Amino acid sequence: MKNPSMFKRLGFATVASIVLWLAAGCESVNQLAQLGTGIAVATGSITTNEAASINRATTAVTKTFEDITPEQEYYIGRTVAATVLAGYKPNSDQTLNAYLNEVGQALAMFSERPETFGGYRFMALASDDINAFAAPGGFVLVTRGLLKCCQAEDQLAAVLAHEIGHVEQRHGLRAIKTGRLNSALTILATESAKNFGGQNLAEVTRAFDESINDITTTLMNSGYSRKLEYEADGAAAAILKKAGYRAGALAAMLENMAKNWDASRKDFAATHPAPADRLAQLRKLGIAPDFGSNNARQQRFLAATKAL
Amino acid sequence: MKKWVLMGVAALVATGAWAAKEMSVQVREGQLRNRASFLGTVTGTVAYGDRVVVNQTMAGWCEVATAAGATGWIHESALTPKRIVIASGANDARIGASGEEVALAGKGFNKEVEAAYKQQNQNLDYTWVDWMGKQVVSEAQLVNFLQQGGLAQ
Repeated sequence: MKNPSMFKRLGFATVASIVLWLAAGCESVNQLAQLGTGIAVATGSITTNEAASINRATTAVTKTFEDITPEQEYYIGRTVAATVLAGYKPNSDQTLNAYLNEVGQALAMFSERPETFGGYRFMALASDDINAFAAPGGFVLVTRGLLKCCQAEDQLAAVLAHEIGHVEQRHGLRAIKTGRLNSALTILATESAKNFGGQNLAEVTRAFDESINDITTTLMNSGYSRKLEYEADGAAAAILKKAGYRAGALAAMLENMAKNWDASRKDFAATHPAPADRLAQLRKLGIAPDFGSNNARQQRFLAATKAL
Repeated sequence: MKKWVLMGVAALVATGAWAAKEMSVQVREGQLRNRASFLGTVTGTVAYGDRVVVNQTMAGWCEVATAAGATGWIHESALTPKRIVIASGANDARIGASGEEVALAGKGFNKEVEAAYKQQNQNLDYTWVDWMGKQVVSEAQLVNFLQQGGLAQ
């Protein structure tokens, strides 16, 4: 070893770059980083302090939506729902909302994530826009315009199951831009956060504000990627089937929606793929439109939605 | 033969595979049930942060026991392997907790942050969000809904 210090620096840089490269795409980055730095310390490439520094840096860059706890997700969801409700008036029809909650709860227990911190909740919005919003943690809001695209309980269930799919897969939280959570979640993991006063609270509140903006902009303006929408459709089909609803009800509802589809509108059309594209994806899963239901479900659907 | 069995057991114990797994409750309130279904009879309740021992798992459900002696099935989405340290006052249990634990200690985006955010955004009204939180479908109501509609139970 002709130049040990240079070798050491190269070793440090190499370990640091490997660790940061891993941070971009690996779920167990922290463990891998610790393993990598542990080996590097053992071989003498870096010191214990340098290893600690790399490990701290890795922890900071890996704060993602997966680090958000269900309790934190619940508080994010509350404010996202309040923000949606600043733009949409609620529909206070108690019969309709009670029915939405019955259908929704019947579906949620068959999702891959039936338990959220505060549970799934559903409410109708008094708007003729065709739209629905799934705020993190399970606050689901559906407009009158979208409810009118449903001709049977099975189709309404398909709409709610799609929204449950977004919550199940944590799509809302994924809309939070990379880096937003670093300051908030890293502050919380430090000793100085024990008192959580003044500066810390302000910084966490700022990260909260930015996260809410990211989610509501996605929900209300830009929309999720097609991939995530198709993922929510796939989740919906699975939930419907497990719950005993007709899996083809989602395709049926999309056919109804296609009749009212106006690509120039700034509601669902701005944030979702066209019904024809979603129907094509469902066909790939072997799902064709099914407009059926059963008599008992149809009767209660008509009774609960008659005021729409 | 006996020697090999003993060695196998020793290896299981050493790797932790033999040990019962401890998990924390990560929902505000959870129910333990007599079978692996949301329609099973409730045998006990657990609260956010409670530690449970998982005795067996089956299709997304865990059979658990609490420190108080209650046992029953709970869905795995209500549990986390992380330890949740509940905050209780200024000199609380967070002190001495690891970073991972502190992040789960009821801090982060919580009621306090929501209040601070509301101060800055006074046009936001949480009345209907609070109202949504109260829309609970009772178990009897849900069972009736499923039965009447010919849905899975």
